[in-house]
Amino acid sequence: MTIYPNRLIKESPGDRVFNVATHLYLWIIFVLVAYPLIYVVSASFSAPSAVISGKVWLWPVEPTLNGYEAVFKNKQLVSGFANSIFYMVAGTLINLVMTVMAAFPLSRKELSGRNLFMAIFVFTMLFSGGLIPNFLLVRDLGMLDTRWAMLLPVALSVWNVIITRTYFQATIPDELYEAASMDGCNDFRFLLRMALPLSAPILAVIALYYGVGHWNSYFNALIYLKSPDLQPLQIILRNILVLNQLDPTMMQDFEALQRKQGLVDIVKYAVIVVASVPVLLIYPFVQKYFVRGIMIGAIKG
Amino acid sequence: MKADIFVQTELGRGSRTGVNRTFRKMLSHWQLYLILLPPLLYVIIFHYIPMYGIQLAFKQFQATSGITGSPWVGMKHFEQFFSSPSSWRIIRNTIGISLYSIAAGFAFPIMLAIALNEVRARFFKKTVQMITYAPYFISTVVLVGMLMQVLDPRAGIINQVITLFGGDPVNLMGKAEYFKSIYVWTTIWQGTGYSAVIYLAALSGVSKDLQEACVIDGASKLRRIWHVDLPSIRPTIVILLVLSFGSVMNVGFEMIFLMQNSLNLATSEIISTYVYKVGLINANFSFSTAIGLFNSVINLFLLVSANYLARKFTDNSLW
Repeated sequence: MTIYPNRLIKESPGDRVFNVATHLYLWIIFVLVAYPLIYVVSASFSAPSAVISGKVWLWPVEPTLNGYEAVFKNKQLVSGFANSIFYMVAGTLINLVMTVMAAFPLSRKELSGRNLFMAIFVFTMLFSGGLIPNFLLVRDLGMLDTRWAMLLPVALSVWNVIITRTYFQATIPDELYEAASMDGCNDFRFLLRMALPLSAPILAVIALYYGVGHWNSYFNALIYLKSPDLQPLQIILRNILVLNQLDPTMMQDFEALQRKQGLVDIVKYAVIVVASVPVLLIYPFVQKYFVRGIMIGAIKG
Repeated sequence: MKADIFVQTELGRGSRTGVNRTFRKMLSHWQLYLILLPPLLYVIIFHYIPMYGIQLAFKQFQATSGITGSPWVGMKHFEQFFSSPSSWRIIRNTIGISLYSIAAGFAFPIMLAIALNEVRARFFKKTVQMITYAPYFISTVVLVGMLMQVLDPRAGIINQVITLFGGDPVNLMGKAEYFKSIYVWTTIWQGTGYSAVIYLAALSGVSKDLQEACVIDGASKLRRIWHVDLPSIRPTIVILLVLSFGSVMNVGFEMIFLMQNSLNLATSEIISTYVYKVGLINANFSFSTAIGLFNSVINLFLLVSANYLARKFTDNSLW
């Protein structure tokens, strides 16, 4: 903020109170968000007994890698990880190609009936067939329990088309097309040689959106996939984190139960960390683009 | 417009009618249509064909005769749905959770954005911003997993605090009366930082001249925020509010479904989880489609109404 140039105007006592309140508010939010994240990471590195008896508050207690060892020995988790990477990479590539193919023509004034086409796309955001008709379609197309079911039904997000189209309209002036067209450049060449090279920032943004979406989604896998070896990581996580919840209470021997339950607990924390790290690692690198992408999306278009 | 004139004078020479001119223009840009074809086919196949399947809501689905061949039954499924008392509980849960979310979560991102906007220490600002919207990248499954660990009656940190102060451990996930609050505050925890970025973007567009004029006139920071910043970002606030009212009926299926257990079902069953269970677990396709259709129609109605009210009272709207 450059509102107080050279601080010629002094802050009033009221403003100083305001500043303190602002910082206090930010610190509270910061701690509230950061603490659970730190706690999960610390617990994943701590001894099970310490986690259960409540000795872990901030930093790991009696550090151990047992949890992570158990995670990487688990065949299901490793295969889920590999599947998720495949769905994320292949899915995002399809998404990028399809989004550009929709956004580029829709951004061009030369496309007659542009508003009609746009309406056809936008209407799908307002109204949908619903769960069962979608399921029947995927079934009738013979895609149930195939990798295609994870890629094709989500080949395009209309929201990202709108963002990309807004970006094209804002950054590629009509004059550029006119000049290129004078030089004998057709629409294909214009897209490949001019529009695409100019749109690297927006492609990075929507690739991030799509990529995170693929990595984190579980519902399509839940309804479309049966085979264990096709399941993405999130389904395996669901089995471990959410569904196992009530199991151990059925056991008889209390001490064995406690030991086993302890390991189960830190394995859960370790799984949470392993599943979230890939996405959180990319994020600081694309943060700049990401914020820009939200801004473009926020522009009414 | 320039390009239009250019194309029309180039190709429209000799043609007298508008239709002819449009056709020639289309012909000269056939490549654009070819590029648009695959995405267009995608929305038709994966979005519009399922809409054709909505007729199942008025039919009795028979696997052998398919969607088109199944016999019509009129409003039977809707009558069945509305005559059951549990349906009203499900509708009430859905709307209750949504309104609670909007009411509780609406102000935090705006306050966070304004606070961040006032901070001059860049490093502190960047750090807070980055940490607060990191949770947005955590998947729903992991989020619910974390929640269950934290609320666990035995090893969870909340219950450790309760026992530390001499209380008895509570199975928070198993208490129907806590479900709404647990869900709403978890989504606020996850989403506040992300929504704040949108408001921050809007705040960066606030006129510096106005702000300086305000400062020179001796306005305090609070007054400046109230009279300059907030009115400037009002369009963004209104649009996000319209959008949240437009998804009242589509409240977080993925997360609520994962949080459900037999103990909290009285307050946690919402329309979309019910549609899933009736349709895909019990294979009652027609009944499920009917409830889904009811949900979509109400949702569309809410979005259109919210947009209408926003346009009428604030001059800002989605369309």
